[in-house]
Amino acid sequence: MANELKVPTMAELFAAGQKPEVLFWVGCAGSFDDRAKKITKAFVQLLNRAKVSFAVLGTEESCTGDPAKRSGNEFLFQMQAVTNIEVMNAYGINKIVTACPHCFNTIKNEYPGLGGHYEVVHHTQFLKTLFDDKRITLEGGQFKGKRITYHDPCYLGRANNVYEAPRDLIRKLDAELIEMKSCKEKGLCCGAGGAQMFKEPEKGDKDVNIERTEQAMETQPEIIAAGCPFCNTMMTDGVKNKEKEGAIAVMDIAELMASAGDL
Amino acid sequence: MEYLPNIIFLVVLIAGIGFFTKNVKRLSRNIKLGRDVDVSDNTSQRWKNMAKIALGQTKMVVRPIAGFLHIIVYVGFIIINIEVVEIILDGLLGTHRLFAPLGTVYDILIGSFEILAFLVIVAVTIFWVRRNIIRIKRFIKPEMTGWPKNDGNLILYIELVLMALFLTMNGADYQLQQMGAAHYTEAGMFPVSQFIAPLFDGMTMSSLITLERTTWWLHIIGILCFLNYLYYSKHLHILLAFPNTYYGKLAPKGQFKNLDAVTAEVKLMMDPSADPFAAPAEDEAAEPAKFGASDVMDLSWVQLLNSYTCTECGRCTDECPANQTGKKLSPRKIMMDTRDRLEEVGKNIDANKGQFVDDGKQLLDGYISREELWACTTCNACVQACPVSIDPLSIIMDMRQYLVMEESAAPTDLNNMMGNVENNGAPWPFNQMDRLNWAKEE
Repeated sequence: MANELKVPTMAELFAAGQKPEVLFWVGCAGSFDDRAKKITKAFVQLLNRAKVSFAVLGTEESCTGDPAKRSGNEFLFQMQAVTNIEVMNAYGINKIVTACPHCFNTIKNEYPGLGGHYEVVHHTQFLKTLFDDKRITLEGGQFKGKRITYHDPCYLGRANNVYEAPRDLIRKLDAELIEMKSCKEKGLCCGAGGAQMFKEPEKGDKDVNIERTEQAMETQPEIIAAGCPFCNTMMTDGVKNKEKEGAIAVMDIAELMASAGDL
Repeated sequence: MEYLPNIIFLVVLIAGIGFFTKNVKRLSRNIKLGRDVDVSDNTSQRWKNMAKIALGQTKMVVRPIAGFLHIIVYVGFIIINIEVVEIILDGLLGTHRLFAPLGTVYDILIGSFEILAFLVIVAVTIFWVRRNIIRIKRFIKPEMTGWPKNDGNLILYIELVLMALFLTMNGADYQLQQMGAAHYTEAGMFPVSQFIAPLFDGMTMSSLITLERTTWWLHIIGILCFLNYLYYSKHLHILLAFPNTYYGKLAPKGQFKNLDAVTAEVKLMMDPSADPFAAPAEDEAAEPAKFGASDVMDLSWVQLLNSYTCTECGRCTDECPANQTGKKLSPRKIMMDTRDRLEEVGKNIDANKGQFVDDGKQLLDGYISREELWACTTCNACVQACPVSIDPLSIIMDMRQYLVMEESAAPTDLNNMMGNVENNGAPWPFNQMDRLNWAKEE
């Protein structure tokens, strides 16, 4: 990678008496999953490029509890939530950005009831404001005219009504945004939500990610864009299953923006 | 003897409405078997939702064909009630076309009823074709056999017959008006039934009167029967869609409620100054006996209201990713099972002098299998799709909570995941101390 990433932690900034504009909540996938780590790095590249003052919690971050809650373990969820809230409140955090719609949803909607009140934005919303405010600009047009279809993550779209920010970003690429037959409010799940990511699917005719990949492939895309590390994995698996990994790339919006900007 | 018809009418009316009232009471009793939940917030938003979704049918038209046809039947139903008021008053007072002095207004009213009645016949016929000839996929799912299938068709037949009776009645009336029959004052406009009237050419006045009276009586008795059929049918939605959209979820769809009982315990566990041997306060011991839901009494009354409101249209199931890929889960079946079990519990209470006697059954396993519950991706497609603000996902989640927190019966993979979250702060077995490694990697 050309530029070394600058990733300050809250602890470092706190020790130096500084407070960042925003906390970047990386999430478990973004921290540990090899594919999702690339999304994390792409987003940090963009943050560095836009000179956003941000920090991560690093080793002080823990699972938000989303998979625990959605598999029915309310105890474990609340234990995680309360621990995270204690850490974040101790740092006086006001604004959080995350590239994971599950973290986004949980912190935004479920933490307030447990004492964690923050302004939470998804990284596509945050990137959109960076572009709108001209803190970051696009040069180079490697995606110009490319056929890109966007898969709505359930926890970003239906769950929180964020449909336009990611689409606006794709449009900035001068790419051809083609909608799948099920999109926006009617978007089909990638199959990972509700803790399905961590278990075998129930018996059926096919797996959900295969169905969704087929829908995506009907648009004959060169790129399937997503805004969620779990969707990314599921769609990547789907494309591999169809042996199309040579022709169709699955990319996060942050990766699109980072590589389009020739960063 | 002169007042005999009036008296018979009154008796029929009282019987019809009385039986209906009895069923409404049972309905309300059953719904109140659910746990209490506070939905007194945001009244203005709730009224708005009801106006938009139930009255304005905004979510019906997401599917334009069914939506448009439904609006015809819906408007027809609302408007025809004005006619029913006249019929009831006529029946009680022994008058005929009591509202006739309204003149032109009356003509327009009757004319629009007729057109709507005709459109309803068309719509209902198309609905029947969609169900039985085209066999649209969502109407032939496994849960749509037996009663649910017959119920769907029966409603269409009843509506068809009621509309046909209405138009025949008007046709005979129109003919009698032309003949100048006593009692049959010239009133109304008959844009549809005037084409039926020629069928009665050559009939004597007395047989025409018999026809008109017979269809009149059958029409009103049919309406009273239909009213009482509601309770046993998915057609209950014509009443419950209104309260159901009012009490529908206002929070973002992704927000699942935090269990207060758990919060209290977690706070206690996290509080270093808490006395670990402290006995729980007396009133706190009365907190919910269990976490999550295994039977209908563990659900909230809003969830139970949801189950009675379900119209079995299957839009939820149609959009469900698990169902689309051939898994057993069908959100519609979750709602139908909940209602069936609630009905069973209600009958149990009726049979045991107002007390529920354990019948060794419950919603979990007895109706809804674990396989269905674990197939859900919590994607909210079912919630989004429901035209009357039903939330099948909330029931699935409550039942998962019961499985995990009361029975420790999660699938092994999920238990591993939860163990990882507990020990490492991540769903995968990675060390929390390695969380920032990505920043240093190449």
